[in-house]
Parts: sequence; structure tokens; C-alpha cells
Amino acid sequence: MSTTATTTGLDQREGTARRQPGTLRQGLVRGGVELLQFVRERDSVIFGFAYPILMLAIFATVFGDDDPIVVDGVTVSFAQYFLPGMVATGVMLSTYQTLAISIAVERDDGTLKRLRATPLPATSYFLGKVLLSLVTVLAQTALLLAVAALAFGVPLPDDAGRWTTFAWVFVLGTAAGAVCGVAYSSVPSSGRSASAVVVTPILVLQFTSGVFFPVTQLPGWMLDLSSLFPLKWIAQGMRSVFLPDVMASAEPSGAWQHGATAAVLAAWLVVALVVGARTFRWRRHDDG
Amino acid sequence: MQTSDSQVVRVRGLRKRYGSARAGFKDAVAGLDLDVAPGEIVAVLGPNGAGKTTTVEILEGFRDRDAGEVQVLGEDPRRAGRAWRARIGVVMQDSRDMSELTVLEKVRATAASYPDPRDPAEVIGAVGLEEKMRARTRALSGGQRRRLDVALGIIGRPELLFLDEPTTGFDPQARRSFWDLVTGLRDSGTTILLTTHYLDEAAMLADRVVVVRDGVVVASGTPDTLGGPEARTPVVAWDDDGVRRTERTDRPTAVVARLIAAARPDSEIPGLSVTRPTLEDVYLSLIGEAAISDGVGVGAGAGVDDSKEAA
Repeated sequence: MSTTATTTGLDQREGTARRQPGTLRQGLVRGGVELLQFVRERDSVIFGFAYPILMLAIFATVFGDDDPIVVDGVTVSFAQYFLPGMVATGVMLSTYQTLAISIAVERDDGTLKRLRATPLPATSYFLGKVLLSLVTVLAQTALLLAVAALAFGVPLPDDAGRWTTFAWVFVLGTAAGAVCGVAYSSVPSSGRSASAVVVTPILVLQFTSGVFFPVTQLPGWMLDLSSLFPLKWIAQGMRSVFLPDVMASAEPSGAWQHGATAAVLAAWLVVALVVGARTFRWRRHDDG
Repeated sequence: MQTSDSQVVRVRGLRKRYGSARAGFKDAVAGLDLDVAPGEIVAVLGPNGAGKTTTVEILEGFRDRDAGEVQVLGEDPRRAGRAWRARIGVVMQDSRDMSELTVLEKVRATAASYPDPRDPAEVIGAVGLEEKMRARTRALSGGQRRRLDVALGIIGRPELLFLDEPTTGFDPQARRSFWDLVTGLRDSGTTILLTTHYLDEAAMLADRVVVVRDGVVVASGTPDTLGGPEARTPVVAWDDDGVRRTERTDRPTAVVARLIAAARPDSEIPGLSVTRPTLEDVYLSLIGEAAISDGVGVGAGAGVDDSKEAA
């Protein structure tokens, strides 16, 4: 570094009154940053992104065709039964888990404080996070469906009605999961504890929400408790997409309950949005 | 005294206290006044806990204040918006955020938030990171990270740059080139508010030095005149039958001549020294530490007494 370079290169312009860059444009830049960081962090790719796909592959291989699920005379392969739960899990991991951990870590290490020192609008920051969630969850789900169909012969729906259901459950679940992640990011007291504090509830919910085995095997109180959270409803909505309609009788309520699914997910979306907007902090708890 | 309009920073009676009624309050800033004129480099000096960082973070808009008047670029940082943020640059004291982005990617992404950013490659060159342009920021050394911090602080072409202890952990050569960068920025019209522990850094860079202690300004002036002529008075010291004697005087030669006259011809005066207090001596006396020159407190005696009370 030489003095001449600094004096010639860094002139201060006079009388410039340019406009601030738009919030959307900055949000897209942030989205690009988030995606670059995500794909370069190997652990996040393996444990968040590939997790549902690996789980499907392992479970479908282990149980294979020996353990078909039979309901009212209709038989589906284990892989087919397992797929909706993994789609739902993927949605929650790519939204809630990824966002809650990354925001908690970024608050702890000062990334947020640094961003706060720039003219970046908070909206653009969250837009970047939402873009990351959206891109990863779309890629993850597409890959998951492809593996299920091609490697394990799971029949995918061929009527528009089911794909419509898929679309709204997916969109509502992704949105609810993302705002939950933002709101929950204030819970871990430090970046180091973030993973444990964020992952534990979602791990427990995977077991109690009918992701790994039918919810009918669960005690009633556990099912009632899990019914308060989005994962159970996303999984149930996805079962209505990927399983034959007769299997609705295997649900605890005996129906797919689309109305309740939409209501619970929308409620989480609104409540988490309000809570998140009120509790979001740029700085650590201990930083003034 | 200039009017408030022409000042880049104007602070009057700033107060900030931490703590709670139960645990007791501590005044981090206790009635601090500060002015920074356009194009000036002002260094804020003070021991740890003097309130430097709290003050700077209030000026940056990161913290609320309890009392006092604060104007930065004509606005109150508490209420200032994005357009104001685009006019300031911030290099914070501790930055631990590391990322998988390269230096160039990070600087570019930050530039996207400003209305009139500098050229990213140019800024990276100015802080001496051209060779690390495509390196992941996670892989940078401490000194390189600090330079990246500075690059991110100046990418938006700020009118006012805050540097909070920018060269902590630098090797001497890195500090030297960093100083060139800072003076280069000042020469191009950037106003700079710097906090530092290093006296040589303040002496080298600052047009004006402000010494803060216990949340108030105890002295302010150019590095050459800080503490007033009194604090710069030379000290003559010698041993008299094993007892250390000192004399502060504007005419050290006369004192030495008197000592020579009193001594036997051709004999040495034991332990003779004539010391002119350095900026460091003046600073230490101002913040109430014992000055180092021959163990003599050169500042106001009250400062030394205070440190004993505090200890």
C-alpha cells in the first residue's frame, strides 16, 4: 500500500446527491450473498439440505418392500408413506432451522451490527433470508421428489387438484417456517448455543408429528401437543398430496383436515411475524 | 467557537449510565463535550473504561443516551435515517464476523447499499488487500481483517469516518501503512474520529487530541500543546547523597549550571538527567497514572492524588 495510491484513488466527491438504492435491489444482493455463503458452508449443505433426502434413502432402503403400509386394503410402499414427512421436514429445516441458527450466529458475531452501520434496510436483510429459504427449499423438495420417484418408484400425483394442495401447503409452510425462524433467532443466548437451542425442538417435533411413524401410534396428549405446531400440519397436508385418499382414515381425525391445516399455518405466520418484528434485535443481549 | 452548523460532530453534556437500581449505576459518560470540524482527524484517547467506545457508539447511532445534545452531520443519530447512514463510515472495535465470501464479494455487496459508492477494487487496493481480493474472508489474518473492516467502512464514500481502535494487533509495518491510508483519506476530505490506546498513533495522525477519563474530557489540544505549557515543563533530576531530587523549570540549563557550580571540579553529578515530558507523559499525568519520566508526576498534582484514591 502506498500513499500515492490512497490519495489518488480515494477522492471525496462534492455535491453528489444520488438516490439510495432500492430496498428490493438490496434484498436481491443480500439473497445472492446468502446463497453464496450457504453453498460454501459444507455442513449446512449436508445437515440441512441433504438430511431429508438421506433419511428417505436410508429408511426406504432398510424397510424396502418388506414393510408395505396397508390401510383399508390399499397398499403403499414404505418410501411412499415416508415421503410426505420428509417433504415437511425439509420445509422446516430449510426455513425455521436455517434462519434461526444463521440469524442467531450473525447477531452474535457482529454481522448484524455491521449491517446496521450501513444504510441497508432491515427489510432487505430479511428479503435475502427469505430468498435463501425459498431457493433451498425448492431445490431440496425437487431433489427429494426426484429421488423418491426415480430411485424408489414412488408414484407422484398426476392431477392438478393434488398439486394445488401441494402448492398452498408448501407456500404457507415455507412462509410460516421462515418467520418462525426469524422470531426464534432471539431465543438462543449466544451463537454457540444456537444449534442446540434451535435443533432440539424441531428434532423432538419430528418424532411427535407423524414424520417418522404414523401419529396413531402416539399417546393422545403428545399428539395434541404436536398439533399446536406447524410441522404436524405440513406433514399431514403433504400426506394428503402423496397418499391415496383412503389413507385419510388412518389420520387421527379420519380426514385430511385442509381447513385446519391452513388455519394453523396462517396463525403461526401472523403470530410469528408480529412477535419477530417486536423482538428482533441487531445486537447481542449483553451488548448494551 | 464555530457555530454548530459548521461542525461535523457537536456533543454537549453527553451522559450515559449503565446498570440497574439494584446493582448500582455506573456513569460511562458523565457530561462529555466534543467538537469535530470538517476535514479534521480527532483522536479520542483514554484508558479502558473511560467511555470512549460508548461515546462513539452513541454518535454512530448504535446506543441511546441518557442526557445531552448530540449532532452528527447536522442530525441527531437517535433519529437519523438511511440517508444519514450513507454519509458515515463505521469501523467497529471488535469484528469477529467471518464469512465464506471473498474480500471482493463482501466489499461489492456492501457497496450495493450506498447511493454513491467507491469502486470496490480501488478501495481494496487502497487498504493493501489486492492480493487477497479473491481470498475467503475467513482465511484472512487479523491485520488483513482489520484492513477489510476499513475497506467496508469507506466503501460508501463517507463524509465522516469512525475508527474505533483500528490498529490493535497490527505489526509496526502494518500500522505505518494504515496511517498512510488514514492521512490519505483526510487529504481527500474525509473527517475522521479515531479512538486509540496508542500515543504515537495519536501524535502521528491527529490534528487534535481529546483525552477522556471517567466519562469526561480532561484535556484537548494539538498533540504538541496538549496539557498546556505547564505540562511540558522540563524536569531536571539528580541524586543528592542517595536521595533523588527533581526540579521543574523553564530554564534547565541554569539549574544544571548551578549544580555544576555546587559540585567539586571535574566530578560527575550523580544520576543527572534533563527530561522534556513526551505526549505519553502528559497523557499519563492527565489520566492520573504516575508519569514515567524519572518517577515525577509532571501534570497537575491532583491527577496523581486521584489515582491513589481510585486504587
